[in-house]
Amino acid sequence: MTADLTLADLDPLWLSVRLAAVTVTALLIVGTPLAWWLASTRSRLKSPIEALVALPIVLPPTVIGFYLLVLMGPNGPLGPVATALIGRPLTFTFSGLVLASMIYSLPFVVQPIQAALEQAGGRALEAAATLRAGPVDGFFNVAVPMATRGFVTAIVLGFAHTMGEFGIVLMVGGNIPGETRVISIALYENVEMLDYDRAHGLSAILLGFSFVALLIVYLINRRWLRI
Amino acid sequence: MAADLRQPAVEAWFRLRRGDFVLDSTIALPAAGIVGLFGPSGAGKSTLLRCLAGVERAPEGRVSVNGTIWQGDGVFVPPHRRSVGLVFQDAVLFPHMSVRTNLRFGARRLRAGRRRVPEGDVVDLLGLERLLERKPATLSGGEVQRVAIGRALLNEPDLLLLDEPLASLDVARREEILPYLDRLHAELAMPTIFVSHNVEEMRRLADSVAIMAAGRILSHRPTADALAGLGPDADQGSIASLDARFVGSGRVALRGGEAFDVAGSSGPVGGPCRVRIAARDVSLALDRPSRASALAVWPATVEAIARTDCGVVEVSLRCDGGLVHAQIAGSVAAALGLAMQSRVFALIHRATLAAPGDATNRATQRAPTP
Repeated sequence: MTADLTLADLDPLWLSVRLAAVTVTALLIVGTPLAWWLASTRSRLKSPIEALVALPIVLPPTVIGFYLLVLMGPNGPLGPVATALIGRPLTFTFSGLVLASMIYSLPFVVQPIQAALEQAGGRALEAAATLRAGPVDGFFNVAVPMATRGFVTAIVLGFAHTMGEFGIVLMVGGNIPGETRVISIALYENVEMLDYDRAHGLSAILLGFSFVALLIVYLINRRWLRI
Repeated sequence: MAADLRQPAVEAWFRLRRGDFVLDSTIALPAAGIVGLFGPSGAGKSTLLRCLAGVERAPEGRVSVNGTIWQGDGVFVPPHRRSVGLVFQDAVLFPHMSVRTNLRFGARRLRAGRRRVPEGDVVDLLGLERLLERKPATLSGGEVQRVAIGRALLNEPDLLLLDEPLASLDVARREEILPYLDRLHAELAMPTIFVSHNVEEMRRLADSVAIMAAGRILSHRPTADALAGLGPDADQGSIASLDARFVGSGRVALRGGEAFDVAGSSGPVGGPCRVRIAARDVSLALDRPSRASALAVWPATVEAIARTDCGVVEVSLRCDGGLVHAQIAGSVAAALGLAMQSRVFALIHRATLAAPGDATNRATQRAPTP
């Protein structure tokens, strides 16, 4: 059945991989400080922020997608900003998808990093501070290395979760080949057109990919436990 | 190494409130020698050390170390800019680094010109030679503590803080590490605070002992004086040691107080003696009991309330004859509404006679360096 898949059929797969890579990279940059703040703060805002971060886990993707559509559309608050910056609204663009994916995959990146930093931080960072390591020094030379497992888990889960995204893409990205036509959208289209052979091919790829991703996470967890 | 308490190299004062707990302590350390910090759990010993290291910031406080202000006058030097060595009870070694890298962590961040302590000396002093290439996870508890102490020493501290470094170790491991601490004591001259619950460790290592309870330093005296009358058995709680005189066979009286029975007491009538009363053997009442099973009932004022382990509080009571301590359940203390300066009655259930010259005997008991 996969024999029917041509190289052009794999374009949505490459687009998904690109989307996932860009999203996870951006999320590491934004999510790490957020996770660090959540791991170390005593602020009353901690719980509300944690709840906000976790929302995408429980909300139907279409709900997030709808709000993002309103937010990013030409009449939404982000519309004029995007038009000024890139000449058109973010809806139905790759950039818009990245922004949407970042929100959608936020908990999958922030939560493992937060948990790992909570474990690694505290006393170890205090010890580092008494050994002349300032906050930034201590963060990069003590907290981050001790939290490696959390970072790897975050990268793998964030990547896999973004690869499997469907509802939000449908709402804010549509189905533009090479721009927003990711693997799950292509799969949906194949099924709509009763092209089950192609659907099988893409499904098998996503299934295998997700399994391998989770396997990596669990193998890493076990290896760390053994040390 | 005699502690010269008149020439403090480190002077610190903190006031900090957290819930019911108030830390209000002043401490001065000489330029060399170990100050033992002794007191029940919850007395604020660790908090005091954390404030000294700067990992905790007391809203009010003043710290000067060798003339440099670490806190006070609107200044707060963050911990990474203080030359301090802090060793926690559960030493925190960095698990992703070898012992050698752990040891060098502080030294590497020190300007080369300021390094005075050769790494080899510390490695020898603490017997770390064979551990250098190992990862912390493969070390025993005693080895971990030795590495943590070495790491703190190589950080060139002007002030060394050891927060119960032996508490997490079993007896055998303690015995293994104590000789190294003896050597540390003999060979290094820097102001050091050593926190311990263990009276024997205090006698062995400390030059002077500060006693802390309920957030306050109650006294700071040479070790022999401070620990006179304190037994090694922690279960019986703090032991009060009071001046008394014999008033008859088996009976003694405190200055100006009524006579009571003390097991095994004998001596010339009118002759001086010291009576030991363990906190375990004292209870208290809000009203004077008319008939009670106590040897003696003394009016008293609550001077300190300190939490110990297992929900027990130790109440320090100022009586006419001196300070005695009572161990009571924390819930009972709350139910009685005990507070500082509460007027109560101390019920003494058991008292023993201190052996003559007890304090001086103890003073010479400090083990020589092995």
